[in-house]
Amino acid sequence: MSTSQPLSQEEETAPAQPAAPASPNAVDVENLDFYYGDYHALHGVNLQIPAHKVTAFIGPSGCGKSTLLRCFNRMNDLVPESHIKHGSIKVHGTDINGPNVDPIELRKRVGMVFQKSNPFPKSIYENVVYGLRIQGRNKRAELDEIVERSLRAAALWDEVKDRLHESGVGLSGGQQQRLCIARAIAVEPEIILMDEPCSALDPIATSKVEELIFDLKKSYTIIIVTHNMQQAGRCSDLTAFFYLGRLIEIDRTEKIFTNPTQKQTEDYITGRFG
Amino acid sequence: MPTDTLTSPAPDLENPFQYRRDAAHYGEKATLWLIRTGTYLVLLAAACIFLQIGIKGSETVFTTHWPFVNTAFFTEKPSTLYVFEWEGKKHELSDSEFRAFKAERHVEDIPAESYAHSAGGILPCIVGTVLLVAGSMTIALILGVASAIYLSEYARPSWRMRLIRLAIVNLAGVPSIVFGLFGAALFVVYFKWNISLLAGWFTLALMVLPVVITSSEEALKAVPQGFREASLALGATKWQTIRTNVLPYAVPGILTSSILGIARVAGETAPILFTAAYVVRDKYPWEVDRWVDFFFQPVQALPYHIYVVSSKIPQNAYTERMQYGTAFVFLAIVLLISLGSVLLRIRLRNKLKW
Repeated sequence: MSTSQPLSQEEETAPAQPAAPASPNAVDVENLDFYYGDYHALHGVNLQIPAHKVTAFIGPSGCGKSTLLRCFNRMNDLVPESHIKHGSIKVHGTDINGPNVDPIELRKRVGMVFQKSNPFPKSIYENVVYGLRIQGRNKRAELDEIVERSLRAAALWDEVKDRLHESGVGLSGGQQQRLCIARAIAVEPEIILMDEPCSALDPIATSKVEELIFDLKKSYTIIIVTHNMQQAGRCSDLTAFFYLGRLIEIDRTEKIFTNPTQKQTEDYITGRFG
Repeated sequence: MPTDTLTSPAPDLENPFQYRRDAAHYGEKATLWLIRTGTYLVLLAAACIFLQIGIKGSETVFTTHWPFVNTAFFTEKPSTLYVFEWEGKKHELSDSEFRAFKAERHVEDIPAESYAHSAGGILPCIVGTVLLVAGSMTIALILGVASAIYLSEYARPSWRMRLIRLAIVNLAGVPSIVFGLFGAALFVVYFKWNISLLAGWFTLALMVLPVVITSSEEALKAVPQGFREASLALGATKWQTIRTNVLPYAVPGILTSSILGIARVAGETAPILFTAAYVVRDKYPWEVDRWVDFFFQPVQALPYHIYVVSSKIPQNAYTERMQYGTAFVFLAIVLLISLGSVLLRIRLRNKLKW
């Protein structure tokens, strides 16, 4: 395959990138070929995502970055006729498409925040504890504590502490998205996937979520898909550039934005296409 | 008038935008009137039906003296009406009243004209209809919602699914009398349930099933995909997701569909003709020896009663009272049930906003 050329270079450079690779990789993608029916959405993607870093996926629409993200918690299982033809995805060393992997267990460990904030039409409290209740954890004291901890971690506690039992749908767009983040971290995942979490938010709400992402990386591995290159530049440690279903380049964010190896990356970043 | 501007329009034309009296203009007007008339004809038809039943029915249902409601009509069984003259005075009495009248005056017999089912009340019919609606809607909702969940949440598109959908569409098109015959053959004869409440429930439930399935499916599809994804992404199983985050939000929509179902179930005569309805029953449905007998007893029902009193007995001025009274009560009951579902739906909608 002609495309394996830049990709194999990738493999040599990418793992070396994290400055202090003390922790093992959170996600290892090997030679992944992904299809929606007959449509070849991802071509031979090789990628290592280090733990406790923020990794941003950038690229024009339809380049496969969201598809790849949704492979990490097997949300693509919901899409009829989508399948992985070759390759593997390992989360903390375990192949998540193996025969003994329950996607339910995987999703408890790999949380997700969606593009469109989607709090349930329940109270703020019930939104946060949803993931715990479905695991059968119903002890009031435990839930109260987790609600406070999660909302604090999502920088939302001070704004909502007096109205925890009002509907989560009544919050503003930015608050809703932070509520969704609180809901995701309440189940204590190891990895949080964010699919364009700020695309529907105004600049002030965006900056709050970005600050939050920066804080969260101490405890979680974060993978964020974004259309906003400034955002990738501001809050990520590593940036991966995708184009037409291929990973073109992954590197430290500063390097991608100042001195990318690939010409396509440079063209995209400087706004020549995309 | 300023004449020095270069762009001034032809000044001699008074109104350049006036209507053109051409075919398009008159065609537009004619079409509008045609469709408008058609629409108002619907209103006229509805008004005629409701006014006639309302006016004539209220003569039976309401009275001019306290308590202004004909309580006998709501608390008695239908009975035979006797019309006769006695000492120069004309009397219209029901079966029991006529017997009391004779006993009081110590006479063996008074020559009287009798009209079947034209006196007394319709309590057994009201009870029967409410029982039929409640039971069949329960069955239809359980089966229908289950199928809708399977079709919209679990099933993947395939030829088998297309076959099932085709079957549902076809089921919706089956005439109700065919359902009646089917119910009679399967439940009444083959299952040996005889003419019974249970046979009527299942026959009616099968009849409304397509409506319930189709609209429940629509209601489920209207729940935003984001709720399902968010729930699954938090590690919920598919059924947990449906139970906590899909089905509750679809309930208002499902209720809407069941309103349509209620009106149909309450109104259909043909399906219960051979499966559940009797012209007359001596006992009320709750007067059973063992509780199982409750399900295997026939009932009287409002639509069937209307059919009987309007077509099975000779028509005259004395029979009209029962016909319109029953129709009036029948309409009122269906409206009440529908109103109840609408109110419930509004309450739920206000609670669930996204």
